[in-house]
Amino acid sequence: MSKVTAEKMTEDLLRPLLKTSWHFYVLVVILGGIVSLGVGAFAYQVNQGIGVWGLNWPVFWAFDITNFVFWIGISHAGTLISAILRLVNAGWRRPVTRCAEVITAFALMIGASFPIVHLGRPWLFFWLAPYPTEREIWPNFRSPLVWDFFAISTYLTGSVLFLYLPTIPDFALVRDKTTGWRHTVYGALALGWSGTTKQWHRLETAMQIMAIAIIPVAVSVHTIVSFDFSMAPVPMWHSTIFGPYFVAGAIFSGIAALIIAMAALRKFLGLELYLHPVHFENLAKLLLMMSLLWGYFVFNERLTTWYGNGPSEIGVFWATQRGPYAPLFWTMVICNFVLPLCILSFKKLRTITGCVIASIGVVIGMWLERFLIIVPALSHKFLPYAYGNYRPRAPEILLLIATFGAMGLLYTLFSKFVPIISIWELKVGEQPELTEPRETRDEAATLWRTHP
Amino acid sequence: MAHRWGMAVDLDRCTGCEACVVACTAENNIATAGAEEAARGRAIHWIRVERYWEGEFPDAKLKFRPVLCQQCSAAPCESVCPTYASHHTDEGLNAQVYNRCVGTRYCANACPYTVRYFNFYNPSWDKPLHLQLNPDVSVREVGVMEKCTFCVQRIKAGERQAREENREVKDGEIKPACAQACPATAIVFGDLNDPESQVSRLAASGRGEKLLEDAGAEPNITYLKRQVTA
Repeated sequence: MSKVTAEKMTEDLLRPLLKTSWHFYVLVVILGGIVSLGVGAFAYQVNQGIGVWGLNWPVFWAFDITNFVFWIGISHAGTLISAILRLVNAGWRRPVTRCAEVITAFALMIGASFPIVHLGRPWLFFWLAPYPTEREIWPNFRSPLVWDFFAISTYLTGSVLFLYLPTIPDFALVRDKTTGWRHTVYGALALGWSGTTKQWHRLETAMQIMAIAIIPVAVSVHTIVSFDFSMAPVPMWHSTIFGPYFVAGAIFSGIAALIIAMAALRKFLGLELYLHPVHFENLAKLLLMMSLLWGYFVFNERLTTWYGNGPSEIGVFWATQRGPYAPLFWTMVICNFVLPLCILSFKKLRTITGCVIASIGVVIGMWLERFLIIVPALSHKFLPYAYGNYRPRAPEILLLIATFGAMGLLYTLFSKFVPIISIWELKVGEQPELTEPRETRDEAATLWRTHP
Repeated sequence: MAHRWGMAVDLDRCTGCEACVVACTAENNIATAGAEEAARGRAIHWIRVERYWEGEFPDAKLKFRPVLCQQCSAAPCESVCPTYASHHTDEGLNAQVYNRCVGTRYCANACPYTVRYFNFYNPSWDKPLHLQLNPDVSVREVGVMEKCTFCVQRIKAGERQAREENREVKDGEIKPACAQACPATAIVFGDLNDPESQVSRLAASGRGEKLLEDAGAEPNITYLKRQVTA
């Protein structure tokens, strides 16, 4: 790696927190505007009824649940990747982990809002939670929606902890570098961190436990999201492949989101010294592998359906292969499979620009994938008389756009108030002789004292 | 003995006149969507007459099948509801408790028969239908699911009447609006736990078949398949 001194690192990575350019305000206003459009669309829908969306009989879910599954999928970028990279002690992870973990926390919040937004009576959303009530009714624990509630709340709690723990030393650093209200706020967030060996040891243990615990949680979350579909006797939903298929798709879209976020950070915060082309290239290789895995799952799903030729499944199958949903289906195949394969297979094209183009394709493709799982199946259920179709209307499109605005806004604000690259981990990583965890800890403690 | 309410629909008798649809709409305070919303797929019909054409023109034949909630014994709609709005009663009915419904619409997706309907807006009626609402049936607000109840208000009234007169409910005494309105008596309603009831005998006849039996929902409506192909 480059010969960046610890002082320069601290200065570079704290700059976004301490200096604010007018670009930041413009960006916040634009993104905030987009989010408020979405909030307005939601208010309109609550006031009028779900009828303002394009939903109908028999397509009772469309953009709403697509957004839900898509954003929960995006959330698999962070924590899962970061946990795996930490456990295998991949050195190149250091500048990447926090960017990734933040995506998880925010994507989960956005995704988890949709089970509430999509309700016919969203003001009664708390009825899905178990709490002592005069109604004396528990939620129905047989319902996958209740499983979702527990899975997502567990994952969100875990991810926020996983994000917060390694940020504590950085909060302490900001505390020591600032005065006034910043000093107070970051001091509270740093939880009295002073960089003693005991504290480093505890942090390391906690991170180790969290990294191991969060992996099964992440896998189970998207499996349970897939159960929303596979537990229902709907053609093409009622399938055993959905658990792993959803998890693979989630990690796939998550890596793509991470690459886009990292490229944006690199450009707008001037982090060229820290986010190197090699980070993008490594992630691109992971993306390529997930693309192949995704293609493998889709091929399996499609082939067995076609070969099985079940009377109801085959209706959904042809509706997507060459029927009304075919343009979307083949766009998805190009975005998720052809494009990443064509760009990322070649070393020459695995540049940052190439990675970003492929990632944008994957994000679009994975959104379409979730849409194509939901809508064609609902519009081609068992009885041909009850076939239907679906066309989105303005409020749902606004909500979709607003989710991206919300992600951008939350990410912008986060990188404004928290060092988006883990400063202490980077400093530790810059010491080539520190490979053993034990030494790392002691050495990190020394580093802390010498470069507060 | 507890009742298990069921229905038999004779497809040979059904003429597709849709009197059942009209009767159901009037009995159960079903809102009128209006032409524009109906074209968007927002019309509510607790019972509908499905039309299927067989053969090619000019030898095309039109077949009818009235489809309503099949009151399944293993109903997929019930297990997926997070709030027990969709639940099973002691008498084998799939009840929909409107006040508990938060409107996830999951039940409608899980239903193999697509017989569940959603209130996309608050209900309204074309004049003068707003003057003939049935006082025995609640009106559903925006955001809740609804579906055929087997005219539970009539079942309850029949049971109450019998209890007051210290007797059992007589076969054929309780009739849902669709069965009452059917001019061809294609729809027969009754207690499947009473082997002597007309509906039990029809269900046990060789012509009986269930709709989408493979879906595994164990429906309590038996369709009597067509014998004449004319």
